[in-house]
Amino acid sequence: MSGVRVLVGTRKGAFILSADGTRQRWDVSGPHFGGWEVYHLKGSPVDPNRLYASQGSSWFGQLMQRSNDGGKTWEAVGNKFVYDGVPGTHQWYDGTPHPWEFKRVWHVEPSLTDPDTVWAGVEDAALFRTADGGATWHELPGLRGHGSGSHWAPGAGGLCLHTILIDPTNAARMYIAISAAGAFRTDDGGASWNAINRGLRSQHIPNPEAEVGHCVHRIAMHPSRPHVLFMQKHWDVMRSDDAGESWHEVSGNLPTDFGFPIDVHAHEPETIYVVPIKSDSEHYPPDGKLRVYRSRTGGNDWEALTNGLPQHDCYVNVLRDAMAVDSLDSCGVYVGTTGGQVYASADAGNTWAPIVRDLPPVLCVEVQTLAAA
Amino acid sequence: MIRVELPAHLRTLARVQDEIEVDVPGPVTLRSVLDAVEARYPTLCGTIRDQVTRERRPFVRFFACEEDLSHLSVDAPLPDLVATGVEPLSIVGALAGG
Repeated sequence: MSGVRVLVGTRKGAFILSADGTRQRWDVSGPHFGGWEVYHLKGSPVDPNRLYASQGSSWFGQLMQRSNDGGKTWEAVGNKFVYDGVPGTHQWYDGTPHPWEFKRVWHVEPSLTDPDTVWAGVEDAALFRTADGGATWHELPGLRGHGSGSHWAPGAGGLCLHTILIDPTNAARMYIAISAAGAFRTDDGGASWNAINRGLRSQHIPNPEAEVGHCVHRIAMHPSRPHVLFMQKHWDVMRSDDAGESWHEVSGNLPTDFGFPIDVHAHEPETIYVVPIKSDSEHYPPDGKLRVYRSRTGGNDWEALTNGLPQHDCYVNVLRDAMAVDSLDSCGVYVGTTGGQVYASADAGNTWAPIVRDLPPVLCVEVQTLAAA
Repeated sequence: MIRVELPAHLRTLARVQDEIEVDVPGPVTLRSVLDAVEARYPTLCGTIRDQVTRERRPFVRFFACEEDLSHLSVDAPLPDLVATGVEPLSIVGALAGG
């Protein structure tokens, strides 16, 4: 029988939640890397037992871990992230030039075709790649070398490259997003990049429609339609039907269009999910009710999904990498909260139940759909 | 033989239970001891010193012989009791609440 493996990164370690295809009974393993922040972990699409994890702490810096057995055992791999050439400067919070400094890895994105190849999105924003299973990492300098790089400025969470999307139909095309620079696309395998922020409007920057400076929180796509992108921005839920060349707002009837994660149903490319958060200064759900919102029309028309989620006195957040979907016949949806709960729905969001309730604050949730043994 | 005490997280990372011992050819300094530690336990690279600048990470301290050596020049000789293996060099994660 097929099954799922939910990879959860928290402020104090990683946890692996496993179930068969019914997704009713769960085994919990962990904490792995207890006491360390795990900003992200993700499995290789071509070798589900190959996992990569970003492990870090304020004391001891950044480590990278690799598992070859589905997370049972781990080995530290290379953690040397050195910017290519002279790093130069980006803008600091006060508008002054600030040298690029490596701080942490926010996101790891394994290749769709090679388990030894992984991209890493880091703070201060840059894209690195390994082709030897994590032993060595090398920057793709064309992104930071984009003409706008010296004008990028950090959001409150830092100047982080947090989203990496690989076009499954075009190996040369990839999308990334940076807070608070915006979204970028490469069509030549990462050598050069274009800002793809036309249509975004951000009131918190001097020119609301500037080429860069937008606080993009997350981008998602369905693999069958890689030119259609969905974005949760600082405020606004956006959609692009032309590979990011232009965006239009699809916030529609959401109670608030601020939030962090966004994801797409595994089998319905027009079904998308967000978790509305009250505001940029109140990072919790409106009215104390944790509601995942689903649109079956690619945006604009949204329905609240509440069955099994706390509907009173709930003031947690769901961070940008803390929602994921599985690809079983009945699509599973998963959200992890800053309160340490991981909620799962085995029916595309209609009903929910907690897998775990008391983990450390959840930073990320990824799901692997496993074939029958 | 130089004795080095690691904080718990780094012992876990290095897969050791207790204090470690390293051979240091030549003068015994913070630089030479840390070079030897990293050579023997490569997974510790970047955890005590920054990978690029080689500076001590801000929340890491070096203690020995009841002294804080964190601000000692990395090329200054360590105390004789450390150099002769009588006392360990302690690598400590700074205290933090929460």
